[in-house]
Amino acid sequence: MSFITTLIGTIAFAILAPIVGCLLAGLDRIISARMQGRVGPPILQPYYDVRKLIAKDNVTVSGVDGVYMSAALVFTAFAGGIFFSGGNLLMSAFIITMAGLFFIMAAYSSRSPYAELGAGRETVQVMSYEPMVLLMAVCFYMAAGTFNVSSVFGLSAPVILYTIPAFIGFLFILTIKLRKSPFDLSTSHHAHQELVRGTTTEMSGKTLAKVEVMHWCETVLFLGWTGMFFIWGGPLSLILGIVVALAAWFFEIWIDNNFARVKWQAMLRSAWTVALVCGGINIIVLMLV
Amino acid sequence: MGYASKSPWVIHYDASSCNGCDIEVLAALCPGFDVERFGIINTGNPKHADIFLVTGSVNERNISVVKQIYDQMVEPKVVVACGICACTGGIFHDCYNVIGGVDKAIPVDVYAPGCAVRPEAIIDAVVQALGILEEKSKALKESKKGA
Ligand code: SF4
Repeated sequence: MSFITTLIGTIAFAILAPIVGCLLAGLDRIISARMQGRVGPPILQPYYDVRKLIAKDNVTVSGVDGVYMSAALVFTAFAGGIFFSGGNLLMSAFIITMAGLFFIMAAYSSRSPYAELGAGRETVQVMSYEPMVLLMAVCFYMAAGTFNVSSVFGLSAPVILYTIPAFIGFLFILTIKLRKSPFDLSTSHHAHQELVRGTTTEMSGKTLAKVEVMHWCETVLFLGWTGMFFIWGGPLSLILGIVVALAAWFFEIWIDNNFARVKWQAMLRSAWTVALVCGGINIIVLMLV
Repeated sequence: MGYASKSPWVIHYDASSCNGCDIEVLAALCPGFDVERFGIINTGNPKHADIFLVTGSVNERNISVVKQIYDQMVEPKVVVACGICACTGGIFHDCYNVIGGVDKAIPVDVYAPGCAVRPEAIIDAVVQALGILEEKSKALKESKKGA
């Protein structure tokens, strides 16, 4: 995969992902509202929110949180660019984690107790999902014979046929990665109180807008990972991939609205168990077959 | 219409109210009325909030809290005094420890009288506050351009 393709992919992702992600976020809020018997906001509400945040005055505690968030955005765009231009899946996974680390740094930089707690919780979230992400990538490698995402178009059968356990494990940690309830420990989409919005406590205006945009891009990237499992050759399978990704996303919203937040111990334990069982079994089977 | 009034996030603080007005404020924010239709979100974080709903007459103990929340809010911001206590001190106006109205502590933009304040009055006040928020946001933009 050449550098130029990745660069073009990154630029395209940086332009398109916020648009798609924003619409998804708006739909998410409407669907959530309908599930709760409400009408919900207009679909462009997330866009209005971000535009308002950008127009707000600049206030920052540490002076560097905005810089950290910009770095997080850039790395998110890179991770998306690498993935959607057909690059290395493992690289994409590592770089999106890098973006997550910058988000944690942004929270830590304010030295506020609430923000530090949020940052600590976000760190636990990274610890929880990272093993499964890596095992998912390894399973993909063993099924496709390469880490390159573009290789799926040359396959005779979708990767999912060999990686059902890993896919289930991935769906499990997708909830943590999207910061949805029951795993919305560091920032919640719904409860806007101090502790559960810990990471963003000291962020306001443009910095908070960057957090929102990063969430949009992340959603698009992770749904891309989901769809990747179902794609092989032909454009029809591309549609299948998109449909499955949207179904997974709807499933996440349903979980989000139906489960109460768990303690971080439960999250860490369950995520690692799922990673070991689903990822481990899948790898062993693939090794033997 | 600008974006400021399309996504007003509110924060609510009880500055020695009798709780009557708080119940009305929270009732107006409950899912039954679905204020999210208008982009309104009830946030607990002053740094994220645009509209400050204060109830109660403010006393010597909590005036500093009211001021601190106000100071932590990022411009443009508006303050709505909910209930007659918050407007003038109401039936508590001659208590020894009461300041007698939110405007003695911080600048108030909209007054919503009533004891307890009716949900209709709160909604009217917030709608009016949106107009002021819009004006302030325009003024902020102008001043940024000038600088
Ligand atoms: S206005 Fe009436 S209901 Fe509201 S805080 Fe004062 S006394 Fe209580």
